[in-house]
Amino acid sequence: MHSLDEPRILRGIIMDHYDNPRNRGLVDDESYTKVNMNSDTCIDNLDIQVKMNGDIIEDVRYDGEACAICTSSTSIMSELMIGKTKEEALKIFDNYMNMIYEKDYDEDLLEEAIAFKNTHKQANRIKCATLGWNGFIKIIKEGEE
Amino acid sequence: MFDVLKVRKDFPMLNGKTMQGKPLIYLDNGATTLKPKVVIESVCDYLSQYSGNAHRGDYDLSHEVDEQYENARMIVKNFINAKKVEEIVFTSGSTDSLNMVAYGYGRTHLTQGDEILITVAEHASNILPWFEVAKETGAIVKYIPLDEKGRLTLENVKNAITEHTKIISIAQVTNVLGHKAPLKDICTYAHEHHITVVCDGAQSVPHQLTDVQDLGVDFLVFSGHKMCGPTGVGVLYGKYDLLCETSPLRLGGGSNSRFNSCGIVTLKNPPYKFEAGTPNIEGVIGLGSAIIYLSHLGMNDIEAYEQELREYCISKMKELDNVEIYNEDSTGAIAFNIKGVFSQDGASLFNSYGIAVRAGQHCAKILDEFLGVTNTLRVSFYFYNTKEEIDQLIEVCKKGDDFLDAFFG
Repeated sequence: MHSLDEPRILRGIIMDHYDNPRNRGLVDDESYTKVNMNSDTCIDNLDIQVKMNGDIIEDVRYDGEACAICTSSTSIMSELMIGKTKEEALKIFDNYMNMIYEKDYDEDLLEEAIAFKNTHKQANRIKCATLGWNGFIKIIKEGEE
Repeated sequence: MFDVLKVRKDFPMLNGKTMQGKPLIYLDNGATTLKPKVVIESVCDYLSQYSGNAHRGDYDLSHEVDEQYENARMIVKNFINAKKVEEIVFTSGSTDSLNMVAYGYGRTHLTQGDEILITVAEHASNILPWFEVAKETGAIVKYIPLDEKGRLTLENVKNAITEHTKIISIAQVTNVLGHKAPLKDICTYAHEHHITVVCDGAQSVPHQLTDVQDLGVDFLVFSGHKMCGPTGVGVLYGKYDLLCETSPLRLGGGSNSRFNSCGIVTLKNPPYKFEAGTPNIEGVIGLGSAIIYLSHLGMNDIEAYEQELREYCISKMKELDNVEIYNEDSTGAIAFNIKGVFSQDGASLFNSYGIAVRAGQHCAKILDEFLGVTNTLRVSFYFYNTKEEIDQLIEVCKKGDDFLDAFFG
């Protein structure tokens, strides 16, 4: 069992990021690319901003109205992604989605994001746990086109 | 008064269905309701015993379908005490019906500068079609102010009416705040001023006795699935002369009596001119069975029992210091929040205990301007709910601080 596997610890991670979201708040800076992620089925509504520096993700920002799961998963995502290359970021993203959808994944890559490993047990929360992540990847992939 | 435990036996969903491994406690009846066996059987009966089209064939089977379909129309007519059976139009639901009124009647009767009165507590389907019709005709959508508790009062209606007001379109009971509008008084006053009153009955008709002649309402819409019927079927009631003045939005088979190649079309009379195409026959038949079922229980008894459940729930919630209630004195759904818990996280917590409650803006997306909160939890009862189920809801409310339990179940 992974040392972080205990529900008490996983819960602590989520609450910590919900109560003190990291990198929250948008910036008025044209070097950032922005996307709005507004869930069709629930209340979550976040703006995501990403700043690239060549191949490196220099900054990730977000703000909006969202539940605990959505806010904390986005906060953790922002911490994970900042400083990574595009390729590393895509790998982390793929592993996160594999975890959410109960496929094989490398939990070492996900760090605190493994707090969301049980999302599938409450299938209606998958959208919450992926909204910020999908917004981020949308910006990254659109940047490639 | 009916025996609720006996009533519950009629519902397959209340006998064995589980959610998150716990017996289902269904408290989202404002969204849709569960179906009793008699409704399920009547739908199956049509599909397996006399499946055919309505109004289309010269053979016994088709005649049998016609009889059942038109019998359902008569059941609806009696249920809401319409004057004529021809005043009952079958639609796909309240949304469809409201669109038919807005586009079929509003668009042809409104001109530049006319005013349509609604409230901020309306469901999206009683707002968006009016926005669109206003845009097309140059009419203006205005809001009747609600009182401090979120109620619609006759006084506020009177104050909102101007010489330009042509249509008032309001819910008899709103889907989030659940207050009952003084519909009869509003109709009387409106008619003195030659204003047409459209009523969204989606949250009222399933829960109380409806008498359209006594109310005097011009149009009334409601949905079958919110009153134990199948989804995809609903009703548009309109006074016959108003239905005659209303244009159908969809044309096709069954809505015309004849037409020629020059494009001259003779439409049938109401209700048939609105029912182009093969209707939702099993839905209509199922709705008929649902109404008979409700009528046997008695609409007054249903209303009284639900009110008892509501009062019980409110009194229990008030014993808790972590629950905020937004509509203590109303008759419909209870809008509330667990303090410090985002509504969606709250709903997830209830889900983990097998309790279905709604979180969100409940399709009344401009209500937040009134409530001062952007989203709430909502519980809405039906006659098959029990005080024991409410006790379990309350137990979960107490666990509000542990809302992430749901996530680690």
